Amino acid sequence: MKIVRPAKAGTMESNDIYIMIYPNENGNEIQLDSIVLKQFGKAIERVIMDTLNELEVDNALVVAKDRGALDYTIRARMETAIKRASE
Amino acid sequence: MRRSMLFIPGNNPSMVQNSPILGADSIILDLEDAVSIDEKDAARHLVRNALLSLDFGDAEKVVRINSIATELGYDDIDCIARVKPDAILVPKASEDAIEEIDELLSTIEREEGFKLGSIKIIPLIETAFGLEDVFNIVKSSKRVKAVLLGAEDLTADMEIKRTKEGEEIFYARSRIVSVCKALKVDAIDTPFTDVNDFDGLLKDCEKAKLIGMTGKAAINPRQVDIINEVFSPSLDDLKWATRVIEAYEEAQREGKGVFSLDGKMVDAPILARAKNVIEKAKAVGLI
Repeated sequence: MKIVRPAKAGTMESNDIYIMIYPNENGNEIQLDSIVLKQFGKAIERVIMDTLNELEVDNALVVAKDRGALDYTIRARMETAIKRASE
Repeated sequence: MRRSMLFIPGNNPSMVQNSPILGADSIILDLEDAVSIDEKDAARHLVRNALLSLDFGDAEKVVRINSIATELGYDDIDCIARVKPDAILVPKASEDAIEEIDELLSTIEREEGFKLGSIKIIPLIETAFGLEDVFNIVKSSKRVKAVLLGAEDLTADMEIKRTKEGEEIFYARSRIVSVCKALKVDAIDTPFTDVNDFDGLLKDCEKAKLIGMTGKAAINPRQVDIINEVFSPSLDDLKWATRVIEAYEEAQREGKGVFSLDGKMVDAPILARAKNVIEKAKAVGLI
């Protein structure tokens, strides 16, 4: 999928993640802020990157503010944001 | 057993992931009224992923879809049925809608390799037309295993006031119970909407049970325990049923066709009621 416009999904509520996605020119980039960054930052980034790859997104900037979301939520919010941002 | 069916907003990760531990027999993940129009896609993705990832234990997994009078309902079915919920709850159910959803589910089950008919349908009766047509609605698909009364929308449709006492929905409850008993499916009562009035909830549950409702929907986790208790056999019921069964078995051993207990003749309907109590008690883990 090609990211053609900025889009967002999710909320700042606990157990959720707020995802903003933008078109990018330099491949996929992630900027993550999380209440559990030290413990789970790498794992959250991996889930975000996996979802980008599964939906064949090549050039996106993902800005994510995590409030303790589980993997299923991160994947769901990523999918929603990507579909809202794509053609 | 569907004593309690708990509505959970489908776009709230915190509530969705806590839902399996709240004690409800069924969890209704809601894509309809609890989700704003611009978040329908997000809720659909979240509920699908939750069904794929979370362990709901023994709880029945039900998803309330949007009406198939809109494109949203079709998108919900296409997304959700592919991860095999136990049942789809259909708002403002009609005979035509149930038949169409039955066909859609059959197509998806074939495509996904699921057993045909494995996804059940629960019609939500919340219009005057739906109430009068409830017999045909239940008969329209073998997938229908329960009917849920939605009194808020029904009373709005009938242009009457909704009250805590519920006299205005006596006919609706009775009609649904009668049809459900005739067609051997569960009759689930409408939610009690004052989530802080537990005495009122208790009375409302008892009123519904008295006329034959087999369970009740909940809109708050704090309502679940009271609903489960009312719609489980009581200890007195269980003692009575056990004695009837014991007396029956003794009569059988002695070759008696009819027998009495406490001076009263026990006939087939009484025996059937006692067996039903025992079965329900087993189903809810009382014995």
